[in-house]
Amino acid sequence: MSTTIKLRDPTAESSPTRRARLAPPSSIDGKTVALMDIGKSRGAEFIDRLEGHFRKAGVATQRYRKPTNTKVAPVELMQKIAAEAQLAVIALSD
Amino acid sequence: MPDSLPTNGLVIVAKRDCPTCVLVEPVMQSLDRAGPLAVVSQDDPTFPAGVRSVIDDQDLERSFRLNIEAVPTLIRFKDGREVERTVGWERTEWMRLAGDAAEGKGLPAWQPGCGSRSVEPGVHEALIARYGESGLKSREIAVGNWDDPIEACFERGWSDGLPVVPPTDERILRMLGGTHRKPDEVVGLIPPNLAPCTVEKVAINSVLAGCKPEYMPVVLGVLEAALDPLFVLHGLLCTTHFSGPLVIINGPAAQAIGMNSGVNALGQGNRANATIGRALQLIVRNVGGGLPGAIDRATLGNPGKYTFCFAEDESDPDWEPLSVRRGIPAGKSAVTLFHGEGVNGFIDQRSRTPEELVRSLAMGLFGVGHPKLCLAGNAVLVLAPEHYKIFKDGGWNRRRIEEELYQALKRPGRDLVRGAQGVAEGLPPSVADQMMDKFQPDGVLIVRAGGEAGLFSAIIGGWPGQSVRDECQAVTREIRP
Repeated sequence: MSTTIKLRDPTAESSPTRRARLAPPSSIDGKTVALMDIGKSRGAEFIDRLEGHFRKAGVATQRYRKPTNTKVAPVELMQKIAAEAQLAVIALSD
Repeated sequence: MPDSLPTNGLVIVAKRDCPTCVLVEPVMQSLDRAGPLAVVSQDDPTFPAGVRSVIDDQDLERSFRLNIEAVPTLIRFKDGREVERTVGWERTEWMRLAGDAAEGKGLPAWQPGCGSRSVEPGVHEALIARYGESGLKSREIAVGNWDDPIEACFERGWSDGLPVVPPTDERILRMLGGTHRKPDEVVGLIPPNLAPCTVEKVAINSVLAGCKPEYMPVVLGVLEAALDPLFVLHGLLCTTHFSGPLVIINGPAAQAIGMNSGVNALGQGNRANATIGRALQLIVRNVGGGLPGAIDRATLGNPGKYTFCFAEDESDPDWEPLSVRRGIPAGKSAVTLFHGEGVNGFIDQRSRTPEELVRSLAMGLFGVGHPKLCLAGNAVLVLAPEHYKIFKDGGWNRRRIEEELYQALKRPGRDLVRGAQGVAEGLPPSVADQMMDKFQPDGVLIVRAGGEAGLFSAIIGGWPGQSVRDECQAVTREIRP
């Protein structure tokens, strides 16, 4: 991506410039997984399959759906997912 | 040298906003006829009229690269290299450089020029950032062209929760212009990670905090005081207690940068007060790695941990300033760092004599930490003008107030032991037969500040860490210019 603004690091520079992603959990036991359908066609079918696998593994799930695939998820939806689940699968389809 | 300037010929850098440049407009026209000439115009590409090669330099790149300090500047180039220059208008010099075409008949023999736009305050640093070598050593962080740089600072964890000013090169260079100290000088090791902090890192965090460049000597002085081992910054950072660094500034520096010691001195609204205290906290956060919830284990904290900084009112020559009381020569600027919790407002609208008021203040001070605890931390007493007037009218100076307060802060141990007055908290039973001091003899730091109206004072409790006198104390340091 092209950049236009350059800042200087105010820290002791002891961590990488590029921020690390959150480490995946060592286990999903006892956690609730959010299954978010991003709104593309047949997304629900894909989510159904995932939900089945999680159910077999004894992992709780919650279903969510973006109003449209053409926009980012509404803030309220992301806050709801963050409040109700510890992990999320954002599923593409077509 | 920029390509479009003549390899062999003359260059004049000028601006319409300069009366001398306007005066010599006919000379520039004459030199153009003699040629070759290029005029670098800083503020108006239609100026000067009647000259064929006028270079629009409103972005000041050419002026910067030609190192122009004043206009008009006449430069002679030979084989692509500058061989001579003169500044302002002086007929003999212009004719020596440019020949008879520079005579300027009818003009005065001499007239000084004006400052170049490229060296106006703040502009020069911006030009260095844009076209030159900044010399900054801190690593660059690129922000995407659609991203909000303030949000980027939040996302990287550089903020205390309030928006910060994005630290661009030009802002950092301007900030560094506020000190004579070299950017790579190490000021000290910042806890908890004991990371080396250079003057450059101080400048970057001062930008984040919203400081002006002229605050830099004060910020550096504050940081040096905070790093004095006697201040125990690491412990203050780790504590579950409320306290954080309280900064009190004395001397001419406070006035010079417009600090508030008057109305609402402990409150909001003054940039220097607000940002100097904040800069210290951001340095601890960003350089030292001292994050709330990580090493900062405060149970509740206090709002002063965003920033807590004010100046002492030194308007009364009879009053001995805090810094002088603590060993700094009169007339010198100084910083005092104290481990302060929040502000406890003290109201007394009935006392009219120093004796009444000192007893009353002692009652307020007994409440620091817990009314039954003693020697468990010190206090700052901020005397507002109307309370101070009672002491002054009674002929009491600082030393007298301190001594009388010290005496008034003694109580019988039997009232303070655990269980006394039906309260479990208190002192061990072994002190029941002793008179107990609330504070150490030098444990109350008295400061004057506040607005003219209000029979109030403020009590700022300290930190239990101060109870071990030789290990942890308030620190006062002179501020180097």
